[in-house]
Amino acid sequence: MRKVLLMGNPNVGKSAIFSRLTGAKVIISNYPGTTIEFTQGYLRLGEEKIQVLDVPGTYTLEPLTKAEEIACLMLKKGDLVINIVDATNLERNLYLTLQLLEKNIPVIVALNMWDDTKHKGIEIDVEKLEEILAVPVVPTCGLTGEGVRHLVERFNEAKTSSLKLASDKERWAEIGKIVSEVQKLHHRHHTFLETLEDLSIKPLSGIPVALGVIYVSFKIIRFIGEGLIGNVFEPFFESLWLPLMTRLSQFLGQSGFLHNILIGHLIEGEIDFGMSFGLLTTGLFVPFAMVLPYIFSFYLILGLLEDWGYLPRLAVLVDNIMHRLGLHGYAIVPMILGLGCNVPGGLATRLLEGRREKFIAATLMAIAVPCMAQIAMIVGLVGERGGQYVAVVFLTLILLWLILGRILHRILRGESPELILEIPPYRKPQILAVIKKLWMRTRAFLLSAIPYVLLGILVVNILYTLKVIELLAKLFAPVLSSLWGLPSEVVSALLVGFLRKDVAVGMLGPLNLTTKQLVIGSTILAIYFPCVATFVVLIRELGIKDTLKSTIIMMAVALLVGSLLNLILPNI
Amino acid sequence: MDDFKTLPELKLGESGVIIDIQGGAGLVRHLESLGVRVGKRVTKISAQFWRGPQVIKIDNIQIALGFGMSKRILVEVKK
Repeated sequence: MRKVLLMGNPNVGKSAIFSRLTGAKVIISNYPGTTIEFTQGYLRLGEEKIQVLDVPGTYTLEPLTKAEEIACLMLKKGDLVINIVDATNLERNLYLTLQLLEKNIPVIVALNMWDDTKHKGIEIDVEKLEEILAVPVVPTCGLTGEGVRHLVERFNEAKTSSLKLASDKERWAEIGKIVSEVQKLHHRHHTFLETLEDLSIKPLSGIPVALGVIYVSFKIIRFIGEGLIGNVFEPFFESLWLPLMTRLSQFLGQSGFLHNILIGHLIEGEIDFGMSFGLLTTGLFVPFAMVLPYIFSFYLILGLLEDWGYLPRLAVLVDNIMHRLGLHGYAIVPMILGLGCNVPGGLATRLLEGRREKFIAATLMAIAVPCMAQIAMIVGLVGERGGQYVAVVFLTLILLWLILGRILHRILRGESPELILEIPPYRKPQILAVIKKLWMRTRAFLLSAIPYVLLGILVVNILYTLKVIELLAKLFAPVLSSLWGLPSEVVSALLVGFLRKDVAVGMLGPLNLTTKQLVIGSTILAIYFPCVATFVVLIRELGIKDTLKSTIIMMAVALLVGSLLNLILPNI
Repeated sequence: MDDFKTLPELKLGESGVIIDIQGGAGLVRHLESLGVRVGKRVTKISAQFWRGPQVIKIDNIQIALGFGMSKRILVEVKK
């Protein structure tokens, strides 16, 4: 089977073209480095089935980052390269094009973002460019799909070029010549979007804008999340699911092993979706009615910000703060993705250059950035006792993030590299694209979360029945009660936290904790260890040795912070 | 008289032509691949407080560069 590689600079729309070519669902955003690993899909050309590979963006064929390294390795395996070129940045993009033409592989060039050239006052003579490069050149627009069919039709015209240039100097000279022959620039006025771009990157206006964007984002996420819970999911569970479960409970005789597994324990003779802890009660209520609404609203807002192009600007504004933690501004991206789920957050540490940076970023994220599932549960559970207690949990985590970052920066040898980041133009988010991305992420949550939630609840029930929890509770009682001031049953939550943090927080519910204990328990559950899915990603990204180091830090910090909170917080 | 300035010394909105990038081959190459190279006209868009990153525009590309890196980029400003 022929292999087609999609290659080009970061953020030129490779993934959008890929998705158009193959129909495969991939995450597309407006910031460099969205695709950190290659994705593959298939395409039919007449009778032939062709494999298409979406390669991470690269500026050159000399690998400077991990993503570029992957790109270069893949080049050796391809039969044809579609070089995606940002038509609004012809000169810079042609550098990679020339490097590709020098390799012994057929190339076809897609002049992407063609629609943008018009309002940017750029005119490109496509036929002339094709003549000079001696390979097919096709204008495309990945977001709308324009030109993509034409691109496929010309696959077989792709040619290996005989271009040979000795040095960078020659390459740039050649590029200069090409650009002056094929491109004309027209003067035009600042557009509204460009004025916004300027406002959000100049510090005097940029910092207030950033604070505003963050504040409004949180407001909207809460509004949609709470709205969905209060108006859709809770009513559904209370009025439709509860009667059904009550009947099932009566049918099962209101007790016994099977009843405990499926329905859980009755609280004052009734099913309580938050506390009963059966597979069909709490096991469905937690992921659907408590977590899903927040996942949905978070990813909706994140998707809009991503596609709009805001994240790189935020990275520039926070660069100063991040440098004090041994990171640079772009490390905000794994942190923000980590707020959704620590797994993509961990993967996104690849955007960072060195081992030291990745270690700091991954450790800080795993400790102090709870995922949306966990946040939703903390807001739900601790919020019942009062909003100020939720604030205590999150303020503790924010302080921890800053202090721990500072300490790691001090004790780890090496320097934090400087920011070097291309800032994409603002683009109006395409509603369909946003919905598609939201659906992919929500679906991924449902598929990966629900089995683990159910497994977690099953495991707890079995361990309780086998009295293993009692044994562990006795074993860990000294730490739990004397250091953290928590009842020893909390050990069951710590245990389940390995599987799912949201269920773990939920398990604090039936334990009749004081507000102080609830705050300490929730905070520790965020810190002490990542969930298993995140742990696997950490091992992959950091290696075993660094992951172990990171884990030791997590546990030590959990011990320390738990004890401190126990000392400081008043008994409430 | 022409004026030579480093990027951080440029005023907001001021532009000039890059005449030298003082750095190792690795840095120069990295910057070049991004489109920052000798002979290009650059306009300063923004500078963050406290020796923060400088944001510049070359052709249609906006790039943020750390302060230390920016200091190594020498620009000629026509008076």
